[in-house]
Amino acid sequence: MAGPASSTALRFDHVTVRFDEVTALDDVSLEIFEGESCVILGAAASGKTVLLKTALGLIRPDAGRVYVFGREITRLPEDELQRIRARIGMVFQEGGLFDSLTVEENVAYPLRYQPGARYAPEEVRRRVEEALRFVELEHTLEKFPSELSGGMRRRVGIARAVVTEPDLLLYDSPTAGLDPITAYTIMALILKERDTRRATTVVVTQRYQDGVWLSDFRYNPSNGRLELAAGDGEVGGAATRFVVFREGRLAFQGSRAELEGCADPYVAKFARR
Amino acid sequence: MLDLLKPPVLSVQEFFVLSGRAIRNVARRPHYVDDIILQMDTIGVGSLPIVVLTGFFSGAVMALQLTKALMTYGAVGKTGELVAITLVREMGPVLTALMVAGRNSSGMASEIGSMKVTEQIDAMRALGTDPTQKLVTPRLIATAIVLPLLTIIADFLGLVGGFMIAYFLLKMTPAQYWNSAWQALEYSDLFQGLIKPFAFAFVIALVGCHYGMQTTGGTQGVGRSTTRAMVVASVWIFVLDFFITRFFVGV
Repeated sequence: MAGPASSTALRFDHVTVRFDEVTALDDVSLEIFEGESCVILGAAASGKTVLLKTALGLIRPDAGRVYVFGREITRLPEDELQRIRARIGMVFQEGGLFDSLTVEENVAYPLRYQPGARYAPEEVRRRVEEALRFVELEHTLEKFPSELSGGMRRRVGIARAVVTEPDLLLYDSPTAGLDPITAYTIMALILKERDTRRATTVVVTQRYQDGVWLSDFRYNPSNGRLELAAGDGEVGGAATRFVVFREGRLAFQGSRAELEGCADPYVAKFARR
Repeated sequence: MLDLLKPPVLSVQEFFVLSGRAIRNVARRPHYVDDIILQMDTIGVGSLPIVVLTGFFSGAVMALQLTKALMTYGAVGKTGELVAITLVREMGPVLTALMVAGRNSSGMASEIGSMKVTEQIDAMRALGTDPTQKLVTPRLIATAIVLPLLTIIADFLGLVGGFMIAYFLLKMTPAQYWNSAWQALEYSDLFQGLIKPFAFAFVIALVGCHYGMQTTGGTQGVGRSTTRAMVVASVWIFVLDFFITRFFVGV
């Protein structure tokens, strides 16, 4: 939904990414507006993760252009990219935590090392504790990632991504391989972050259920639970967009109702609950 | 044929790109001093026991072997001189570098390799740090500082090892051994003996980090890079040693 004040957080303009013989992204054009939620569905190895890494500038496209907050990043040098990355939070598939650092040091990492970040040690400590309280892991400060369960590692990954209060959050398969209860906890955190700070949220997933959470539910701060949002697919004025990838190509793009009505058998497979 | 050549050529190119960046970063901010000190501890202090042992025994063995040859010329008195020259010029630097390559090139490759396959390297970049600056340059600086120091220790212990043989088996006096050892050494020997570990440090750190960064294919890939890093670093130490020696020993 292109509201009056909304501009694009992320724009892909005919982007192609190749690895040797494999084409990971094939002529992908996509726009995600600020404040919007985007659910990216697709089978394994369909280019979903590559899309997120290209958005961060970790992978440079072979053709096409990528814009982040209206700025083209395709040919930016690494140190300029770092400044843009500071506005993006990324949660990697398995959390991507640094094994050699404690949970506290992991979450403090962007505050300490991001270019332009100058925080006093007490400020770092306060924000780390706040971020860990957000994911309800404030008791694990001194632990190492290897001592945590898979779900906890991802929660720490979320804490590390939100600690800098970024404007755009990218989640790479946040619920993959988790039991339904833990998956719910993770999705609740993603919605909590989205609905309290209105950050643009992009979630890559293989489970349609995650998309339903994002499009139909919202976080209720009074009881800390997710509840069905009023209206159809609109939460807080921003729509949830669904995107389906097939072998590096965009197979579908639209709202949830459109997705469920889509006749394409591949796309329809994802729309089944 | 071209397809066969492509991967190694690409790998060499990647190696030089990484080396260039790592070396350029030495003069660039930010400097991760904590990481440098941590690496100096793992590489330097961690390698101390094996360097001490190999240094001592290689000196002792050399003294034993040389005695046999020196006896035929009736020049057993020159044991100190020969041990000193071979150790300081050749054996000390090369053996120490090989030991550290075995321990640390493979260590760096496996550590960075596991970070690569678990997306920690990507995370590092996503969180605003340059992995070359944060991982490779500290290892390079640490190795370049520590390896010459380790070599000095190995040289000294090798001389002690040689002395043990000379004193207990050959019944030489301490003055005889140490004087001949001391007088045999020239400044150019010391220089050669210190420039070598400095050069080998680049091989050890950069080869280890390069194979770490190149790792693909999960845990199995980490094992592969670990082995490769150690083998390639060891071979290059010998090759580089030949060229440095050739430069000093003008025939």
